Amino acid sequence: MNSIAKKTPLYDKHIELGGKVVDFAGWLMPVQYTSIMDEHQAVREKVGVFDISHMGQFFVQGEGSLAWLNQMLANNVEKLNLGQAQYTFLLNEEGGIIDDLIVYRLGEEDFFMIVNAAKIDEDYAWLSRYLPEKIRLTNHSDEWAAFAVQGPESQQVFSALFVGQKLPERNGVCRFSQNGRDLIVCRTGYTGEDGFELLCQAESAVDVLAEIIGSGAKPCGLGARDTLRLEMCYPLNGSDLSPEITPLESGLGFFVDMEKGDFIGRNVLEKQKEEGLKRRLVALQVLPSEQRLAPPRSHYSVLDEKGNLLGELTSGVLSPSLGAGIAMAYLPIEFCEIGTRVYIDVRGKKILAELIKKPFLKKG
Amino acid sequence: MNIPDNLKYTKEHEWILIEGNIITVGITDHAQAELTDVVFVELPEISKEVEENDPMAVVESVKAASDIYAPLAGKIIETNTQLESDPSLINNTPYAEGWICKIELRDASQVENLMNASDYQGFIS
Repeated sequence: MNSIAKKTPLYDKHIELGGKVVDFAGWLMPVQYTSIMDEHQAVREKVGVFDISHMGQFFVQGEGSLAWLNQMLANNVEKLNLGQAQYTFLLNEEGGIIDDLIVYRLGEEDFFMIVNAAKIDEDYAWLSRYLPEKIRLTNHSDEWAAFAVQGPESQQVFSALFVGQKLPERNGVCRFSQNGRDLIVCRTGYTGEDGFELLCQAESAVDVLAEIIGSGAKPCGLGARDTLRLEMCYPLNGSDLSPEITPLESGLGFFVDMEKGDFIGRNVLEKQKEEGLKRRLVALQVLPSEQRLAPPRSHYSVLDEKGNLLGELTSGVLSPSLGAGIAMAYLPIEFCEIGTRVYIDVRGKKILAELIKKPFLKKG
Repeated sequence: MNIPDNLKYTKEHEWILIEGNIITVGITDHAQAELTDVVFVELPEISKEVEENDPMAVVESVKAASDIYAPLAGKIIETNTQLESDPSLINNTPYAEGWICKIELRDASQVENLMNASDYQGFIS
């Protein structure tokens, strides 16, 4: 795919705000405005706002939507009350992860999904392939802009923006109009902090962002989004997840419902459960004695004490909150016990890391 | 953007201070602003012989690792070990306490190939 990188409706605004723009998943997005460290801290301690308009929005509507989605997605959509959301997977026939996404139930047979930017076309094509005649699947990714407002002070931002509106409960969603704007608000996020995601029509995006910033949120880029999510061990599709990996191997079996009946990929997962996993996604933290060595990065090799190759890092960064190198990797199952020590090869230097219980950042 | 007149520059965004056949090397204000938040510096080995454009050090920000190249051929004679405990010196004072290493040049006449401040200004704008 050699297509020209796309811009969200906020591209000019990012430049105006001093954003350093890079190509991410085919989109020109700000990696940072001032500094990843500052933006990371703002979200952990106050509140920040991310442009997530590159992500995709699909609606699934019509009689039978619930039953159909339950065959297409790994988690159990039936567990959702109206106005609730759940994290789930779109799996291929081999149980591998096409995408991880959040599905929101707006009505009895009215669903809304937020999917990864790089997977919009693939997800849409996959879903369309299995789509029954009576159900409407529509891709609104270009019409909607989206923001993630995240941090302990995010509720104040919401109150300032939407006087008289009630912020949904955790994992809740609501749709309402204000000043002629059609808005969807979801109490979800990708940072480990309290917060909400706000969707509006693309044409009001610039004004809405100005209002969010005016209500106290610091503009934050994808760099901080990555350090924040990795401290929580939230996977990034394309790095930590792939079509060759099942959610069980990713340690995300909690979001797969094996009891709900058949769904695409289920038989492979069942077999994997019977036979036992051969590898798992683990969290590795560089030991304090090694802290003055380089931070881990994705694709660095993971070795045992004899120097045998165990796997490679799928994500890695210096955690701004912990001041330690943190990483994730798929390791053979015999190396997946908490407390196991392995080496990370940093340009020929071997640094010692310990397998820890997820997430890296333990919150009170 | 601060680009001191008394220094020379490379297209890899290094600055070079020339004192006889010894050069001091660091990264420019522009480079540190692009990288931001330097969290780790891997210094060259003392006494190591480097060729022009050899990767000799690594500067890591939160997001990425960037190679620093030898601007000219020579021998590493000194490194700024203060960067090991405080890598942010590169951000705070790129042309002073943020220096990376000193190189004894094999051929001091090679400095003529480096950019001056106005060349570098033109290069980055």
